[in-house]
Parts: sequence; C-alpha cells; structure tokens
Amino acid sequence: MSGEFWITQAFNGLSYGALLFLLASGLSLIFGVMRIVNMAHGSYFMLGGYVGLSVVWRTGSFAAALLAGALALALVGVGMERFFLRRLPGQTLGQALMTIGFALIFQDLALLIWGGDPYSIPVPATLQGVLTAGALRFPVYRIFIVVVAVVIGAALWLILDRTRVGAMLRAAVDDREMAQGVGIHVPRISFAVFALGAALAALGGVIGAGFLGVYPGADFEVLPYAFVVVIVGGLGSLPGAMVGSLLVGLLDNFGKALFPELSYFTLFAPMALILALKPTGLFGRA
Amino acid sequence: MLELADVHTYYGESHVLQGITLGVGPSEVVTILGRNGMGKTTLMRSVIGFTPPRRGRVSFKGDDVTRWPSFRLVARGMALVPQGRRVFPSLTVKENLDVARHGRGGRWTLARVLELFPRLGERARNRANNLSGGEQQMLAIGRALMTNPDLLLMDEPTEGLAPLLVREVGRVLGELKREGLSILLVEQNLSLALSVADRVHILSRGQIVHSCGPGELRSNEEVKSRYLGVA
Repeated sequence: MSGEFWITQAFNGLSYGALLFLLASGLSLIFGVMRIVNMAHGSYFMLGGYVGLSVVWRTGSFAAALLAGALALALVGVGMERFFLRRLPGQTLGQALMTIGFALIFQDLALLIWGGDPYSIPVPATLQGVLTAGALRFPVYRIFIVVVAVVIGAALWLILDRTRVGAMLRAAVDDREMAQGVGIHVPRISFAVFALGAALAALGGVIGAGFLGVYPGADFEVLPYAFVVVIVGGLGSLPGAMVGSLLVGLLDNFGKALFPELSYFTLFAPMALILALKPTGLFGRA
Repeated sequence: MLELADVHTYYGESHVLQGITLGVGPSEVVTILGRNGMGKTTLMRSVIGFTPPRRGRVSFKGDDVTRWPSFRLVARGMALVPQGRRVFPSLTVKENLDVARHGRGGRWTLARVLELFPRLGERARNRANNLSGGEQQMLAIGRALMTNPDLLLMDEPTEGLAPLLVREVGRVLGELKREGLSILLVEQNLSLALSVADRVHILSRGQIVHSCGPGELRSNEEVKSRYLGVA
C-alpha cells in the first residue's frame, strides 16, 4: 500500500472525526452537567439535516441552512429539557427512556414530513472541488468540515477553560449539588448546555447532509459513533470529546479501508479495551 | 436569622430527623454536637436545601425557605462549608473562589479571602485536587465567604485535620464570629466547639436531647459521657 493511501485515509478519518466532534461534544457536555444519557442526540443530527434541506430548497442558501438547522434544534433541545427531562430530576433511567421515546417520535415525524427517500444538501460552489498536491487529492468540502470543527472546538475550549461561566459549568460537572450550594444557578446552565449541544449536533447534521446525505435511519446510525467517542474520551470532558472524535474517525476509516468485513469490530474493540483499562475513559474522572 | 420548626427529614424510608426545632439569631454561633450517624449532616443538608425536609418548616430572614433550591438560599445570604470539603477538584483555587462570587455586595472579596488564607494565594493557579486536606478546608471556607453570607453553615470543619490546622480553623472561626456572622456549626472537637459557641444543642437519633450554654456543658459530665462519649 502506497503512502498516498495512508495520507488519503488519514485525511478522510480526520474529516469524519471532525464531523463526529460536532455531534459528540454536545452529548458529552449534556451528560457531564445533567447526567442525562441523551438517546435523542442522533435525532438532532438527522433533524438538523432535514431542516437544513428544507431551507436550502426554499432559499438556496447553505449558510441559512446551517443557521436555521442549529436554531431550530436548539429550540427542540431546550423544549425537551425544560418541559420533560427537568420533571425527572436525578432519575437516570427514566430520563434515558424518555429520550428514547423522543428519538422514536422524531424518527416517525421525519418520515411523515420528509418521506423515505434519501436526499443530499447541495453544497455551494466555493466548497466544491478538489485540492491536489501531487497525486494526493483533498476535497474542499472535507477541509471545510475540519476547519469548522477546529474553530468550534477552539471556541468551546476558550469558553470552558478561560471564562467564569466556563468554570461554573465545570463546577457543575464536578459536583452538581455543591455547585448549587455555592450559588450557581445550575438549571440555567443545564438549559444553555442543552441548547448548545442540540445546536452543534444539528450543525453537524446539516454539514453531514452535504456529503453523507440525509435519510431515515441516519439518527440511529450516528448515535453509536457519538457514544463511542464520549465513552472513549470520558464523559463530560471536552478534550476527551476532541481526542475521542479523532480516534474514532481514524479507526472507522482505516477499519473500513483495510478490513471492510470487520468495520464494527475495529470500532468497538478499542472501545472495550480502553474501558477495561481505564473505565472512566481517556480524560474522564470517576 | 434562621428558624427550624419541627423539621422531619427522610432518606427514602429512613426517618433521619425527627422533629428538630432550633434557631440561630443574628451574630450568634450555635453548635450542634453528637456522635456520628445521629443526623448532624442531614440537619445541614435540610437547611441548605440539598435534602429538603418532608415535614416542618425552615425560615430564613423571615421567609419560608423550606423548599427553596440551594442557589436561591445562597443568593439570600446562606452559605455552606460542607462535610468532606467538596471543593471542585478540576477547578483551580482561584476558580473555586470565583464561581462563588455572585454580585451580592459585601465585605468579602477575593483579596480579603486571600488575606485571611495567605496559603490560598500562593496556590491560586493549582487545581484544587492537588491541595492538601488542610488547604482544601481553607478553600472550602474561603469559597463560602465569597458568597458574602449572613449565615454560615459549617459541617465538621476540623475533620481529619492535624492539631495545628485545627487551631487555625479555630482562629478563623473566632474572627468570623467577631465580624458578626451568624454560624451554625457541627463539630466533633469539643473544646473548639465550646470555645466559640453561644449555645449548644446535642443531637441523638435525629432529635435534640439537650440544649444549654457552653459553660454548662463543660461541667455536665453526665451529658458528655452519655451523648458524646467523652469522660
């Protein structure tokens, strides 16, 4: 196998990891702050793609699709948190079951509204095309995904690590009860984290619809990937989500390229191994 | 300042506090004594809203605060130094103090807290989980002061500390008392507890079994051996 093969696959893995980061960072933060295992997180990804699709059909604007998808799903996420999940404080199982219920409802709604055919969001001309370097070819759209993920990752990191609000959020991840005991309005933080997490997943969905397409079942197809990222990286940890996304993106790509018949194995075996050696994930704490 | 009236608190089916009635006045230090497992920490949890009472009433500055969430109580002027310190391990010392500042005007600023605990200033950029037990206790007290409380709940602030640090906590307690802070203190160290207390309640099996002034308890050998296990 040539050097080009490795570079191309590494780049594909990197760009897929970047997409996963958009999906998984929110899932991780939501779990960290609220201890909610959000099974509807893949639905935000899929619905974001569908909303983006409709907006592109109406307006022809990809930027509008990104914005509308993120905003619409932020509202959906906030509604779920405020009117449903908040009524079951501390009931981890009840909340997980509720989010599964939501995921199934969203699935049917999407089928009802957008039908069963797969669609692809048309990508603006500036993001089409391929950069070539010798024999290597890098699709511009995949570079765009990496850039978006890096910018968002850097912004999240700055907010979490360098601001007082970020410190409050981390305090709530460390010890939710005590955070309230020093006066931090934790429900407000939960609200913001849910909005942000859903918006990021939807952003990933719109962007993903540009090269993976959007179709029924996309929600439950991406969900296991997001969970592997979060479990490998460590629940509630942003650096964990970054490293986990990259790792899963690369593993998945090389697994599919080298051992296509074993692709789930190459994804889940490392996860099992990491869990066995470090149950809290690479960056998680007990 | 703080009034508890017939407070009953449960963990599930377990009836831990069985009708607690007590009060803490302005600038008063009230100490709760008692053996382990008698409900002292549950009492603190009931007041700060972590485990709200099932029956009875907690009032603070004239408001019925029985089912208030903790952050609202803190905004009203209550603060907790919890059992086991519970500093935020992944935050730096400075961040631990910063997140407890909520724009409630008052005497306590970051500078003043660091003046009270110079050691925290030296370690400002360290993560809290790298601090020693004594430093974590200082941080837990400093963090509570950053909220500018009028009533401070302190749950065993000397637990697990070396004698020198116990004296340090005693010094800080004396200073806070002189400042006019109301304090509800749970403490195992009898001599420290008696040195700052205006009033002492002894808790046994979820009930107050004896109330008196510190001087009376010092000389009451019967109560001391029966409820506190000291001769």
